[in-house]
Amino acid sequence: MTAKAETKRKRGPGRPPKTVISGVNDMPPTKDLVAMYKDMLLIRRFEEKAGQLYGMGQIGGFCHLYIGQEAVVVGLQSASKPGDTVVTSYRDHGHMLACGMDADGVMAELTGREGGYSRGKGGSMHMFSREKNFFGGHGIVGAQVPIGVGLAFSHKYKNEPNVCMTYLGDGAVNQGQVYESFNMAALWSLPVVFVIENNQYGMGTKVTRAAAGRALADRGMAYGIPGKQVDGMDVLAVRTAALEALAYCRDGNGPYILEMKTYRYRGHSMSDPAKYRTREEVDAMRKQHDPIDQIRELLKNQHVDDSRLKEIDSAVKATVTKATEFAQTSPEPDPSELFTDILLPLTDNKLVAKV
Amino acid sequence: MAIEIKMPALSPTMEEGTLAKWLVADGDDVRSGDVIAEIETDKATMEVEAIEDGKIGQILVPAGTQHVKVNAVIAILLEDGESASDMKLPTPDAPAEAAATPVTDDTNPSAETAQVAETEVETEWSGNSTSLTVRESIRDAMAEEMRRDENVFIMGEEVAEYQGAYKVTQGLLDEFGSKRVIDTPITEQGFAGLGVGAAFGELRPIVEFMTFNFAMQAIDQIINSAAKTLYMSGGQMGCPIVFRGPNGAASRVAAQHSQCFASWYAHCPGLKVVAPYSAADAKGLLKAAIRDPNPVIFLEHEVLYGQSFDVPDDDDWIVPIGKANILRSGSDVTIVAFSIMVGRALEAADRLAEQGISAEVIDLRSIRPLDSATIVESVKRTSRLVTCEEGLPFAGIGAEIAMQVMEQAFDWLDAPIARVTGKDVPMPYAANLEALALPQIDDIVAAARSTCDGFKG
Repeated sequence: MTAKAETKRKRGPGRPPKTVISGVNDMPPTKDLVAMYKDMLLIRRFEEKAGQLYGMGQIGGFCHLYIGQEAVVVGLQSASKPGDTVVTSYRDHGHMLACGMDADGVMAELTGREGGYSRGKGGSMHMFSREKNFFGGHGIVGAQVPIGVGLAFSHKYKNEPNVCMTYLGDGAVNQGQVYESFNMAALWSLPVVFVIENNQYGMGTKVTRAAAGRALADRGMAYGIPGKQVDGMDVLAVRTAALEALAYCRDGNGPYILEMKTYRYRGHSMSDPAKYRTREEVDAMRKQHDPIDQIRELLKNQHVDDSRLKEIDSAVKATVTKATEFAQTSPEPDPSELFTDILLPLTDNKLVAKV
Repeated sequence: MAIEIKMPALSPTMEEGTLAKWLVADGDDVRSGDVIAEIETDKATMEVEAIEDGKIGQILVPAGTQHVKVNAVIAILLEDGESASDMKLPTPDAPAEAAATPVTDDTNPSAETAQVAETEVETEWSGNSTSLTVRESIRDAMAEEMRRDENVFIMGEEVAEYQGAYKVTQGLLDEFGSKRVIDTPITEQGFAGLGVGAAFGELRPIVEFMTFNFAMQAIDQIINSAAKTLYMSGGQMGCPIVFRGPNGAASRVAAQHSQCFASWYAHCPGLKVVAPYSAADAKGLLKAAIRDPNPVIFLEHEVLYGQSFDVPDDDDWIVPIGKANILRSGSDVTIVAFSIMVGRALEAADRLAEQGISAEVIDLRSIRPLDSATIVESVKRTSRLVTCEEGLPFAGIGAEIAMQVMEQAFDWLDAPIARVTGKDVPMPYAANLEALALPQIDDIVAAARSTCDGFKG
């Protein structure tokens, strides 16, 4: 992999973005690269295991795997600061792991157990961790986008130096509320990075069959929101773009759009046979652009030896094995949980109706 | 022939206004389109234009006059060649007569106010009180809570610089500034979702919908994001937010702008739904809603905004959500109502009293949680029940109350429960059809009688 300098161009209105960030100027320290590799590998192995458990009937409902897209969230997260918030849609397991949520709790939520992050009441698409500033996990395409703008609004309202990273897919970019959100975020200069994960298919519909116009990075042009296309299979390119976007937002300039050109290897969900694309297309992407292969090569070039890589592989495997065991042995939620968490209790007696 | 210039109706629900200012004087020549006066409605200050060329013969209602009824003659315009002697002045009583033309007699505010004055606004309150409109009480509730908690803010269309489409947020921008009183674009789904995100971010948003009809654009965010996330997060993601605005039938605006959403929202676990009638309840419930850690749907009524009630002088006046209020005691039949139907129910109770039927009137105030205990206890005393709502009958609030009473007080019922609702049609525009579609006092009287006739004694 070559470290190619990002070409900066001034973009006038009506012109498509020519800048595709596909390299990096400053190589992060090796320990950071190792951490990114580990995070990406954890997501990959975790998702592979989730796929297996789904096949075994231990995970129900919808299950959307992130395999192939790992560089996006790991690159973004590597550029974030404490207190930054994250919200995404339902292809969310990777985001949770990248935010530092415990693999045990995520896997146990997938199996619908008491030890899950939502105590088994949310499932694959609805998990949250206030502690890790992960705000879901939302099941309605595009609905997380105004929520992310609201989180950004709260950062600004409270004078926090933070940014909300709001993820959406190439399918969601055609939802009306996304543009309502762009408009308000730009109007009020809210600190939000809209990360469009363009994996090229909204369920079975190729992006070119669903989205008119040019690059999705341009979708904020009418609102004056800068947008860049990024090689989302290259974690360092993602990190470079994220640093720039986050700094822009943190400086009070308003929102920023990053279109991550990425690819999912699996179907839209577990029940999707993915007949809308060829085996060759998927294989070509895996062989030539796999984000984990790329960073592994990079680490080798940085003289991280095989034994260290194997160590990491084993550690990740152990984490996933432990998470799986936890998810299989954690009990199902107590039946009494059916009626909890519907409303928060009133702590102020004055508010309590004495009937 | 001299032309009468009448007090114009400047909004669908306007019944009276203040003649703020004359821009012409007796004897002035005016041309069609000239601004001749300014009128303050309960919502805004509006200009009145001359509709004919002519000369102002006589101004009949001086500037500064309040409570000028719609259609009252406010000045006489002389046409070419006419002189003062051609004027036929209306008799002094005529303006009042002309004003007595509301769409239905039950929207007459004085009647409803008078009735409520006979009952206590809240049984626990014994201190001083001040007469406020529902509009003012809602504004005061927001202002007090914003003073109390800097994380409370209000956003919506025209809430700031315009001072509220219905003037409910009047003065808030001046006091709290544009950081906390925020004009949004017309983008209901967007700002409802933004509000939910801000609530997740530990702020306390008040989201105003210009009317709840427009909240249908945002209902996914209200239900899927605000109401369900606490459950789906295993209790982590509280969403302390108030969605408020006028709900129910306005006047002559047809089907898309005239609808009660109480049963829509009441259907959903994770939401609280309140629909006050009086100003005291509006204030106390809104303050409770803003302090509540859960999402609350606060259903107001445009027709009630201008009506006055006694409101306790207390910055900490709270009406707990989930508690109904017995406004009138009775022994023969229980009438349950909420929002604007409470006024109609009280008037129906008066008429029933004249017919020898003693009706108990319960103001639900909260739809969810529903104070079924108060209803059931009342039914155990009266053995008969009429439910009233402006909304549609199918799967309505009346249907739910009937089921709960059947489950909890079947053996006490002496007659089938009767319900008074809007007709099962989209709201028509034509005045006569609209009146037919809306539940009237006579409907309540008839329903109450039907539960008593043949069963009494």
